[in-house]
Amino acid sequence: MPAGRDTSSPPAAHRLNHALREAGFAALIAIGLSFPILALGAEPDINNQLALQTRWSWMFTAAVLIGSARFFAVMLDSSRARLLAIAGLLCTAFGFGTWYFAGIADPKIVGGTIAAGVLAMLAAFPADKPEKNAHSAAKTPARPATNLSSTAASLFSAAGIGALIAFPLAMLWWFGSAGSLKWINNYGIQILIFVMLGWGLNIVVGLAGLLDLGYVAFYAVGAYTYALLATQFDLSFWICLPLAGIMAAFWGILLGFPVLRLRGDYLALVTLAFGEIIHLVLTNWSDLTNGEAGILSIPRVTFFGIPFTAGEDGFAHLFGLQFSPIHRTIFLFYLILALALITNFATLRLRRLPIGRAWEALREDEIACRSLGINTTNTKLTAFALGAMFGGFAGSFFAVRQGFINPNSFTFMESAWILAIVVLGGMGSQIGVALAAIVMVGGTEALRELDFLKQLFGQDFNPVQYRMLIFGLAMVLMMIWRPRGFVSTRTPSIFLKERKAVAADLVGEGHG
Amino acid sequence: MRWQSDPLLHVEHLTMRFGGILAVNDLSFTAGRGDITALIGPNGAGKTTVFNCITGFYKPTEGRIAFARDGRAADADVAALTQTSKRHGRSASGDIYLLERMPDFEISAQAKVARTFQNIRLFQGMTVLENLIVAQHNPLMQASGWTLLGLLGVGPYRARERDAIEKAKFWLNKINLLERADDAAGDLPYGDQRRLEIARAMCMDPVLLCLDEPAAGLNPRETADLNTLLCMLRDEQNTSLLLIEHDMNVVMQISDHVVVLDYGTKIADGAPAAIRSDPKVIAAYLGVADEEEAQAVAGDRT
Amino acid sequence: MEFFFQQLINGVTLGSIYGLIAIGYTMVFGIIGMVNFAHGDIFMVSAFIALLLFLALTTVIGITWLVLAFIIVLLLAMFFTSLWSWVIERLAYRPLRGSFRLAPLISAIGMSIFLANFVQVVQGPRNKPIPPMFNETIALTSGGLFDVTLAWKQIVIMAVTVILLTVFWYIVQKTPLGRAQRACEQDRKMAALLGIDVDRTISITFIMGAALAAVAGTLYLIQFGNVNFADGFIPGVKAFTAAVLGGIGSIPGAVIGGLLIGLIEVLWSAYVSSDYKNVAAFAILIVVLIFMPQGLLGKPEIEKV
Repeated sequence: MPAGRDTSSPPAAHRLNHALREAGFAALIAIGLSFPILALGAEPDINNQLALQTRWSWMFTAAVLIGSARFFAVMLDSSRARLLAIAGLLCTAFGFGTWYFAGIADPKIVGGTIAAGVLAMLAAFPADKPEKNAHSAAKTPARPATNLSSTAASLFSAAGIGALIAFPLAMLWWFGSAGSLKWINNYGIQILIFVMLGWGLNIVVGLAGLLDLGYVAFYAVGAYTYALLATQFDLSFWICLPLAGIMAAFWGILLGFPVLRLRGDYLALVTLAFGEIIHLVLTNWSDLTNGEAGILSIPRVTFFGIPFTAGEDGFAHLFGLQFSPIHRTIFLFYLILALALITNFATLRLRRLPIGRAWEALREDEIACRSLGINTTNTKLTAFALGAMFGGFAGSFFAVRQGFINPNSFTFMESAWILAIVVLGGMGSQIGVALAAIVMVGGTEALRELDFLKQLFGQDFNPVQYRMLIFGLAMVLMMIWRPRGFVSTRTPSIFLKERKAVAADLVGEGHG
Repeated sequence: MRWQSDPLLHVEHLTMRFGGILAVNDLSFTAGRGDITALIGPNGAGKTTVFNCITGFYKPTEGRIAFARDGRAADADVAALTQTSKRHGRSASGDIYLLERMPDFEISAQAKVARTFQNIRLFQGMTVLENLIVAQHNPLMQASGWTLLGLLGVGPYRARERDAIEKAKFWLNKINLLERADDAAGDLPYGDQRRLEIARAMCMDPVLLCLDEPAAGLNPRETADLNTLLCMLRDEQNTSLLLIEHDMNVVMQISDHVVVLDYGTKIADGAPAAIRSDPKVIAAYLGVADEEEAQAVAGDRT
Repeated sequence: MEFFFQQLINGVTLGSIYGLIAIGYTMVFGIIGMVNFAHGDIFMVSAFIALLLFLALTTVIGITWLVLAFIIVLLLAMFFTSLWSWVIERLAYRPLRGSFRLAPLISAIGMSIFLANFVQVVQGPRNKPIPPMFNETIALTSGGLFDVTLAWKQIVIMAVTVILLTVFWYIVQKTPLGRAQRACEQDRKMAALLGIDVDRTISITFIMGAALAAVAGTLYLIQFGNVNFADGFIPGVKAFTAAVLGGIGSIPGAVIGGLLIGLIEVLWSAYVSSDYKNVAAFAILIVVLIFMPQGLLGKPEIEKV
């Protein structure tokens, strides 16, 4: 499928011909892809025998959509026009979809969306102006000689931290104590957990260049350490938190010792296997972990000893507030914010210490490191242990927030998710990882808000099940769009005169 | 004849096999303290393998590599150390090391043997300055209290880091790269990268510096500058040099002692003047079809 | 003793399936040095395709002769699965070739998540059972405490595996296509300079891997009688373990590795504990990678300084 983007633009008729052929080919491929798996369905009947259903309309919809998308991709040069056309296409499809699948014949919705979609598709053609240098910019990586002004950067991060501190109070003020729960909990806390996990993994993957696909194991170790210590020995969260970190770091070293001489994808797979083993052990070792059922009634977080209860000695009563469960959520928010910021400051500081520079040097060239007298095994182990420790902290926070844990929270999916956050953020970049966590976790949370689609597609339609599908696709698209992540340049850890960002194509990728 | 009167490196009966291939065969030579010793030979003679054995990247199949770091070591002391299973011992004049027993990073950290690589191995994505700071990892690591004190912001780390920057500036000045200290190492032109790699190795304060083809790919002007730099390392910094080099101009001009390898075996060993007229050396170069080098060897005779 | 033989037969059957999947991993890793994370899910998709085609053939078209239905299903599943793999390589991996090392891996993980959830959305989350077939058994021993039996489906699985492996072995060893593949494995740039269409060779490698995964998917369906959208991950990891155990890049190694993993899993479940049978597979992966990363038939890697 040659894209056919010649520099000399071919005659219009020839181009149309070419685009139509390409579109036809793409539609054919779409039919091929969707023939058995989309066009046929199998549901068990009363006798538990599978009965075949046909859904030809799905297949043709897919073919038309993909064919049209390909048509626009060939006909249009600028990505802006392509986006417009694809948006129009989806809008039209949505209009038809509501009419055909959900049987909603409200002419205002159906007609409106279809008309808007067609208009957008038509508008894409006059909007198609060649982009200047867009092509060459993509080919030759830009070497920005940007001077990072450190005052601007510190102002920016101060503003960010300020906004984060104000976030729960603003939500409370805006949505009230019932309405703000979702925002503080599902968005705020959930995102911050992944920011922290991303920052922890960033030490291992981003700085030291060691690919770890089993990071969730340390998250699990932290969570179970807290849950078991708190339920079996009645230890408080504040004692368990450091213990969980130490325990996770211990496991990091235990795993690290044998595997660190492995390189590349092999290291990734051993860590993946380790993560899975931890998961399977948690599932099967029922005496310790209570298996699939998990550990229930883990003690909730207290305000340094004062419980968040409605009683006499509860937090609300002592502080003269009206009792509300939101107090605990807000406290949890500040707790994870503090933990995440500690991770961040520790990492930033480590980067300026010999150990951090050795990590980055290791990522650049391990053999050169050895020739400079750096004990690479210890260096890698430290990265593994520290990364694991932050994972353990996050894990014990997770346990105290949920009050209930079982092995299903610690599957390979979480590992993949955290790694995707690190890579998408830009390996080694703290701010990039935070951005990626906001986009990915916030984005998938936002997909839960698609409930309004139920009103269009009927109550059978469950938008939540599309979350992971869209998430997987988004991972692929984002890698193609930015293989090196949001922030791909590297900030030097030290400078003589000025801090110049290092271009992405020079920065090493690590060996393992 | 310092390689006889005051040798710092004794390579004895060094043999290295890779599967069925004999890369180095029963090689023995010494390198003198304060000398520039050149290891030459046709392509594939096993020179880089010798380097990798000395710097610990390969474990030799057989042989002993004794390194008298601080001063001449009595043969009896080396022999006594060999009898034990230890890597490191003492003689009257200071520490001796058996390099074949040590892992690579300890050779550079403790025995103070530094090296460069044939295909430059800089930290491309780090700045020139960072490269030189990473080279001072071990003393800085100690100053940061193995990270713990540094993380808390106490201890002598800040002062030591300033010293490290001063040392880096000193070397950047020597190689004329001070202006580019904040640029990525990978952005430097080739010749500068070669010099930076030497400076990075020098930041470790090595006793012996092993250079693997430092003049490869340099133009005549850069080669002349390199000669000056290497002589300066020997004369001002009291660093002994061991270099592999194909450029006979470099070898004959600056080296004090030349060891010639062919097919993993030593065929000649002596002062440059003696090597030039050695018929075995000329035959090795002429016989191996690397005519340019052979002519260089023969041509320099006149 | 009879029990042991029975387990041996079961292990070889399971191992054949792992071996077929493992070839896809090993070929792709050999040629572009990438762990095709989505390969396990390609296998799962192929099992669904086989299931749907089988239903269509038997209930709608009305083919009653099972052998014919099986052959048609096998061939069509190979075709449609290859198409999926070709499109995935084209869209998700090719744009990332020569880019940042982790990008294709993340893209493959994304693809794996997408495929599993796509199947969940369009086919539902429940197990899909099919009626048992080739279920008649032959008793190999009798009179003992325990009869060793060999089911027809096990014979089918072993026979199909042997036939297809011979065919693929021939293609890789004896044809110009196989030579092009081996050339690309050695040095992609040089192969391109010598006039080999590298992109096309890589595409064909993905197609071949997917075709074998489709065979594995069809056989898996016959052996276990049902399939679920989440069935890609664990067999995928086990097949990758098999590829590593056999020596990554080596096709016979993948098959031997597959058989070993199958045997170990079955014997472990029979004699130790079925709860921890997956732990055994993962533990083998770790041990092999640490102590013999070159695998049984792979070439050792010498560190270049």
